[in-house]
Amino acid sequence: MAGSLPPADGVLASGIRPSPEFLARRRLKDRIMRGLLFAAASLSVLVTLAIVYVLASESLAFFRHVGLVAFLTDTQWTPLFAEPHYGILPLLAGTVTISAIALSVAIPAGTVLALYLSEYADSRLREVVKPLLEMLAGVPTVVFGYFALLFVTPLLRRLFPDLPGFNMLSPGLVMGVMILPYIVSLSEDAMRAVPDALREGAYALGYTRLQTAVRVVLPAALSGVTAAYLLGMARAVGETMVVAIAAGQNPNFTFNPLEGAATITTYIVQVSLGDVAYGTIAYQSIFAAALTLFLLTLAFNVLGFFLRRRFREVY
Amino acid sequence: MTLAAPLPAEPAPPSARPDEARPAEIRAKAAVEDLSFWYGPKQVLFSISMPVAEGCVTALIGPSGCGKSTFLRCFNRMHDLYPGNRYAGRILLEPEGIDIIGPKTDPMVPRMRIGMVFQKPNPFPKSIYENVAAGLRIRGVRSRTVLDAQVEKSLRRAALWEEVKDRLHASAHTLSGGQQQRLCIARALAPEPELLLLDEPTSALDPIATAHIEELIDELSRRYTIVVVTHNMQQAARISRFTAFFHLGRLIEFGPTEEVFTRPRETMTQDYITGRFG
Ligand SMILES: Nc1ncnc2c1ncn2[C@@H]1O[C@H](COP(=O)(O)OP(=O)(O)O)[C@@H](O)[C@H]1O
Ligand SMILES: [Mg+2]
Repeated sequence: MAGSLPPADGVLASGIRPSPEFLARRRLKDRIMRGLLFAAASLSVLVTLAIVYVLASESLAFFRHVGLVAFLTDTQWTPLFAEPHYGILPLLAGTVTISAIALSVAIPAGTVLALYLSEYADSRLREVVKPLLEMLAGVPTVVFGYFALLFVTPLLRRLFPDLPGFNMLSPGLVMGVMILPYIVSLSEDAMRAVPDALREGAYALGYTRLQTAVRVVLPAALSGVTAAYLLGMARAVGETMVVAIAAGQNPNFTFNPLEGAATITTYIVQVSLGDVAYGTIAYQSIFAAALTLFLLTLAFNVLGFFLRRRFREVY
Repeated sequence: MTLAAPLPAEPAPPSARPDEARPAEIRAKAAVEDLSFWYGPKQVLFSISMPVAEGCVTALIGPSGCGKSTFLRCFNRMHDLYPGNRYAGRILLEPEGIDIIGPKTDPMVPRMRIGMVFQKPNPFPKSIYENVAAGLRIRGVRSRTVLDAQVEKSLRRAALWEEVKDRLHASAHTLSGGQQQRLCIARALAPEPELLLLDEPTSALDPIATAHIEELIDELSRRYTIVVVTHNMQQAARISRFTAFFHLGRLIEFGPTEEVFTRPRETMTQDYITGRFG
């Protein structure tokens, strides 16, 4: 406005302006930080790429000697024998069976426990249980391994008298307990992130607490809960010590939990600890096995990605 | 019937609906008697007594923070969900005279008979159809034909049917904010509530969606007993038969809307209605 009055003292605000040096310093700092962050991000990508490169190149050497078809269909895995077989199926069966046992313990128990903690428990109980669970997650896996071998297996023998000392059931169950804290913790976070407005809507409509938990909170938290399941799955598939100790080290093509069988990870640790000469097929077979494991976990992650997209709820 | 505050005399029929037959006598659907409420140590409602007239819209007005939502949420015991809250007094749900906030009353009893629509739309992470059917399923309705019919009827009453009839099984989250709020209204209507609570149902919506919902409340007021919290004076004046004016947790004035708006007894009401504060 042309006729507007100046401020009472006749001086217009002129602003507190930073000096050019100050601004230049700020720009420099900004640029340095950006460079550092970029370097950190690149490093983690580079490490991942390097791992994939090593896995792929050593596996390539392996597959020059062993056909892909034989690798995928042969039912024996005996790389160290005079007459070697390189069928991944026995190891895969061991991995799948033990993981399935672990998940069939951890997923139902973990979901129920998370629902209980998030929807029923008062804050005091929650503050006791959560740290306890986190302690459980901090127990070294070798302890779980011997727990399975020396405590759970003898216990299971009362139920199944013919159970061999090395079997898949015992480490499967123990591994289920081992991954339980991850599933509970992540699922509970997802459930508690469900807004109260949704719970209020349910209660106002006449839902009971159980109905609210199961029919409203759980579906609303599904993307986070799925992520928790997948993390548990990845841990089960990649777990080494428990299975190496309690499931035995013999590749055995079976899905019977009452038999012992080596898993992919068991084989890798077993051979890496032995004296296999660098560059031999036995040496390269480690990488082929590891690549299989890597692809398996990758498949879970991709599946999880699509599941999350499918079930994503935005608040 | 025990009413703490007798229902005021029948107001002159609003000119907007001269054709509508008036019930000979207005009965109370609920009677609030000496209601006080505390969030922990903090008292928020002070000895409120008023009736809720059956088959009418009762508007709750007052500056924000005066306790309108708190009052409304006593009717379906929403405060029970959080620890430390305390009620005193009585809210009688007629005709049986059940004391809604009585310590021996199962909160499920009022919740099964009273519907609520919240300030912000809160559809469940389910399909449109399942959102509306939710309250029916909870009440044990299994029959597909009954569900289908009631879902359609409720969506029609919420003025949403035409927009969603071809995608009933799409997620409720694919709807716009205004549509989601109408879905929440349909969800509340489906179990045929005896009393419908609306807490500023348009405050989170844009003007067009707001107009939609206001029209809708007007329409619903012919069929349901409604208590609505609103910031919109015109809306309160137009759609409600009775108005309660709250200030700082106290009921300052209650009466037929016409009287409250044209010749309020309290100067505070006068000041609020004419926009001198709040
Ligand atoms: N959960 C709560 N805990 C403590 N105080 C609350 C809570 N909710 C609301 N209040 C307080 O209660 C008073 C009334 O709030 P509310 O009923 O939401 O008012 P209105 O709906 O009229 O705006 C306000 O002073 C508010 O700060
Ligand atoms: Mg409010």
